[in-house]
Amino acid sequence: MASKKSVVPFGPQHPVLPEPIHLDLVLDDEKVVEAIPSIGFVHRGLESLVKKKDFKEMQYVVERTCGICSFMHGMTYCETIEHIMDVEVPVRGRYLRTIWCEMSRLHSHMLWLGLLADAFGFESLFYQCWRMREQILDMFEASTGGRVIFSVNAPGGVLKDMPSDMLHAFVEKLDGFETELHKIADIFLNDYTVLTRLKGVGILTPEEAHDLGAAGPMLRASGIARDTRKLGYAAYGDLDFDIITSDDCDSFARCDVRIREMYQSIQLIKQAVDKIPEGDIAVPVKGNPEGEYFMRVEQPRGEAIYYAKGNGTKFLERIRIRTPTFANIPALLKTLKGCQLSDVPLLILTIDPCISCTER
Amino acid sequence: MADTGCEIIPITTGEFLMKVMEMKNDHYRLMQAHAVSVENGYELSYTFGKDYEWVSLRLVIDENEEIPSITNVYQAAFLYENEMAELFGVKIRMISVDYQDKLYRIDDETPMKKL
Amino acid sequence: MPKFMPFAGTMLKNLFSKPVTTSYPEKPAVYPERSRGHVEIAVDQCIMCGLCSRNCPPRAITVDRAAGTWTINRFDCVQCGYCTEVCPKKCLTIIPGYQTPGTEKKEAVYHKPAPEKKEEA
Repeated sequence: MASKKSVVPFGPQHPVLPEPIHLDLVLDDEKVVEAIPSIGFVHRGLESLVKKKDFKEMQYVVERTCGICSFMHGMTYCETIEHIMDVEVPVRGRYLRTIWCEMSRLHSHMLWLGLLADAFGFESLFYQCWRMREQILDMFEASTGGRVIFSVNAPGGVLKDMPSDMLHAFVEKLDGFETELHKIADIFLNDYTVLTRLKGVGILTPEEAHDLGAAGPMLRASGIARDTRKLGYAAYGDLDFDIITSDDCDSFARCDVRIREMYQSIQLIKQAVDKIPEGDIAVPVKGNPEGEYFMRVEQPRGEAIYYAKGNGTKFLERIRIRTPTFANIPALLKTLKGCQLSDVPLLILTIDPCISCTER
Repeated sequence: MADTGCEIIPITTGEFLMKVMEMKNDHYRLMQAHAVSVENGYELSYTFGKDYEWVSLRLVIDENEEIPSITNVYQAAFLYENEMAELFGVKIRMISVDYQDKLYRIDDETPMKKL
Repeated sequence: MPKFMPFAGTMLKNLFSKPVTTSYPEKPAVYPERSRGHVEIAVDQCIMCGLCSRNCPPRAITVDRAAGTWTINRFDCVQCGYCTEVCPKKCLTIIPGYQTPGTEKKEAVYHKPAPEKKEEA
């Protein structure tokens, strides 16, 4: 018997969906047969601003790509320019970048955990997560002067130093954070209701994850050990860490991977604070970039790719930002096929979407 | 392990699809694709990766030259190709799920094309 | 083994403890020293070179060398701090304290005092 299919428009505004993505869901009864995405509600044309802002000003534009991984966008852009211009950043500058990167990862994953709790209707857990995230934001404000947009990067290094008493105060705060995280993680990983919503939902096999070009925790939760941090940009080459993976391939695995990455981030910050040398934090950059370079880094959401092409003037020819969500959308569509309508918001959330990053 | 940077391999329109098929058969994944507007044409880069290794296929085409879509080989390419077509005006044949310039809600046609 | 209601303890504790939020505006907000609130200029040290206005990403600053005024549109300013980086005299600083809401959009104009010595002009 041929069943009748219906199409349900979903988003861009939906009570549990924080991101402006629209999906046309083709349903067979309650089951999703196909999902067709449309984005484009928040396109800002940041890439085309390159014609009007010179390459040093562009840093401030680029870091506004995203409100969560703002620091990493700024850093990747600066590293791309540094590679084109052959600038060597002082070691202390690279360590400071690493510390801020890992703090970004902590607060991004904490935000995601909160949103996840919200998506399956656990309001009080959501607030508990965001309350913990506030500590990281306070640390950002104390060290960079901004809670969301940090403006501490510049081609050639970083603009603000963190004195050693500040670094040690942060480590102390992170110890407290870790204790709280253990309590929260226990709920996400062991609570009966949470498990029923996450276990076995949204399977993405390793083959599919690879073929569809998934990135970040989405990929690692499908059992593929690939973490761009291993390439040793910033100071990651000096730090010791393992790639966190899970073989479960479902939503629970993605939650598990992110929680374990948070413990890892705390460890990485502590390692970096122990190893950070004294010295300069930046070198002056003279001249204009000429040439092209591809750069990739591991953002909280996955691998981001930057491409910059300079033509010897102070305006770059082209800057291209491929954000992790862009890469994860095909994988999201795959996981949506065959799921229940009520799981759709949850599955969209498990890729940790950032649509305004995606559209730039 | 240090990032060696992305190797750029120039190719021609004729061998484009064949090269992409080769990449697919070697189990490379599509990492990104983008266009750069140059005088009277475009410079397209298709970046493929395998583990930590990555290469870019560089295709230089004329303004009015039409290129085939790679969505039949790499399904995940549809967003990249739609973006190229919409922002730069690159002519791409048979994108599977072609948004017909409706990917982004913008007023200008091909805003990033060099005039 | 799944646990049943593991969050209940934390929730009860939250119910009987002080709120984490502060009661702003009764209690004033405390900003850290480095907080980027707004740009301040020591206008008597300014040499009217105009580097800040040429390098300001949102173009919020205008410098009129002839009239000796330094003007900032605080509604356009994004507090990035790039002007303080490029300023050769370092007379620009970013200090804590956010802009307060107002009823009209206006620009803040700073007049450079009349030069005392010749070479400063």
